[in-house]
Amino acid sequence: MVLQAVFLITALLTLGSALMVVLHRNLFISALFLIASFFGVAVFYVLLEAEFLAVAQVLIYIGAIATLIVFAIMLSRGMMTGRTSPRNAQALWAAGGSLALGAALLYVVVFRVQWPVAEKAVPADMIQRLGTGLVTDYVVPFELASLLLMAALIGAVMIAREKEV
Amino acid sequence: MTLLDPRVLGEWWNTFLRSGGLSEGWVIFINAVVVTLILMGFGLTSVLIIIWAERKIAGRVQDRLGPNRVGPYGLLQSVADALKLMTKEDITPERAERITYNLAPGLAVFAVLMLLVVIPFGPGLIAADLNIGVLYVVAMGSFGIMAALMAGWASNNKYALLGGFRTVAQLLSYEIPMVLSMSVPVLFAGTMSLHKLVEMQANFRWFGLIMPTAFLIYLISALAENERTPFDLLEAESEIVAGYHIEYSGLKFAWFFLAFFLNTLLLSAIAVTLFLGGWQGPFVDKVPLLGVLYFFLKTVLIVFVFMWVRATFPRLRIDQMMALAWKVLVPMALALVLLAATAVKLPWPPLARDVFLFFSNIVMLFVALGAIGRHLRQEAERFSGRQKWATSSSTTS
Amino acid sequence: MIPLSWYLAVAAILFVIGFYGVLSRRNAIAILMGIELMLNAVNLNLVAFWRYTQPDQVAGQVFAIIVITVAAAEAAVGLALFIALYRLRGTVHIDEIDLLRG
Repeated sequence: MVLQAVFLITALLTLGSALMVVLHRNLFISALFLIASFFGVAVFYVLLEAEFLAVAQVLIYIGAIATLIVFAIMLSRGMMTGRTSPRNAQALWAAGGSLALGAALLYVVVFRVQWPVAEKAVPADMIQRLGTGLVTDYVVPFELASLLLMAALIGAVMIAREKEV
Repeated sequence: MTLLDPRVLGEWWNTFLRSGGLSEGWVIFINAVVVTLILMGFGLTSVLIIIWAERKIAGRVQDRLGPNRVGPYGLLQSVADALKLMTKEDITPERAERITYNLAPGLAVFAVLMLLVVIPFGPGLIAADLNIGVLYVVAMGSFGIMAALMAGWASNNKYALLGGFRTVAQLLSYEIPMVLSMSVPVLFAGTMSLHKLVEMQANFRWFGLIMPTAFLIYLISALAENERTPFDLLEAESEIVAGYHIEYSGLKFAWFFLAFFLNTLLLSAIAVTLFLGGWQGPFVDKVPLLGVLYFFLKTVLIVFVFMWVRATFPRLRIDQMMALAWKVLVPMALALVLLAATAVKLPWPPLARDVFLFFSNIVMLFVALGAIGRHLRQEAERFSGRQKWATSSSTTS
Repeated sequence: MIPLSWYLAVAAILFVIGFYGVLSRRNAIAILMGIELMLNAVNLNLVAFWRYTQPDQVAGQVFAIIVITVAAAEAAVGLALFIALYRLRGTVHIDEIDLLRG
């Protein structure tokens, strides 16, 4: 009972913040709501007993990605205040399409399909297993991810650097 | 003697609650409320003492007396200051983002208070022994960054915005060496639970003694994370007036103040937990309550070092601050992590490993210091050469 | 116990909200925020399926970690592009960026 109440409140807050992210005129406020919605997803991870992912979510999404986004908004400021419309010409079509997609997804995923559910407990040493898994069975994706991060780091520096005259 | 063991006390308290006929859910709830109240009370009172100690120590270092009018030895000075801040007018700038502006101080305190949950104060004295404790500590720091950004933006003041930019740049940069140095004890212990980390450091096998350079890197990064001198250019009065909290007054300013001093205490407590053996010390296994005393003694020592540094050193320039993080601390911390990871896996007796690590740490420290010294000398020569050129050219023309 | 379909419903709605943001916003940074929302929805799905079908395997969590990594890399490069764009053109509205229009 308590868990379900927590779930519903978190879902309401997460989805409400997500709506504000795409609807609010002021981009800075949007970014703050984005953080709230990231945090809501972290709470979901805690409910799903994936504590490591919850902390990683806070650390990477809120600590790094959201901060980067807010930084970019500040650096390109003057762009977000309401002189022009925040929405483009196809916004109405987009709304219709999204609603249709949402309805279809909800219908198929939630009501149509009976997902097979296994009633199993999460092992107590999940973190250790995860760590071992990342350097044994899943070592190739792990290394590829590190390579990707390296490339992104160099690429971002090269692109954003001010050209010396 | 068993009465002095917090674990026994906790068991006794739980059976006492259950004997009243409470259900399990209520016991958990009451315990949560009690622990929260204790932690909050502890945090707030310790901040009053830390503020007094900071002013007193800074006074002594600079050959002054420090506060000495309110109460014995000026002990009630921080209470008086808190009362004064409460009576001040609460100003919100006209074109500020009102909600964000009011949220930021609360978020700053929240980010720090949440850290109290995972600090092991003594054997068994930890509010929540998370198995991802170290990562949790780092993650909470990102809320502090967001608070600074929000305050800087919402104040609608260019100095506040500049302060916010500087804060984010500094905190993000120094988070990297800090996390890398924190991962050295994690590598040794093979766990991220702060309580288990302390348990692994029995018999003076303190990680700070085995890897002194990692400890030093952590301390320097902690100074920067805490926005303390020599890294206090976020609130450099001569450049950007007061940093991101320039527009705040009264109680809201007090909240930022509270977060700052609480952060000092908690960064020290984490330093003690990770590197100085936490509550470990002689006779702890016999009298567990001694552990609490050891923990606080070590924490006070680190806090004192922080204050000593603040009272002594001048402020860094912003490019020096960045260069120190990215060109000195990050490579050193990376090398240390590599060294520790290799040493942990090699099959040799623990004592030999510890001695080897200690000496290689010292060697690395001196190599780094030598390199920095050479670089600074070259800089100085280049600068003086330019000076000479400038004066000679001005005399000829 | 919370039913699996609740998580799937929340993830689906979150995905759709992000999708709308991507399609309807003019500001490139806002579009990036929409993409991040969509990635979060996908991750929520992955973790929910992991918990409800194979909690004794690590595959689901590993997948989520890789997705988070890719999201971080994407945000870094994307924002660097927007900053460069802002310097070059003085705008980050994507319908005003029409260098290739004849």
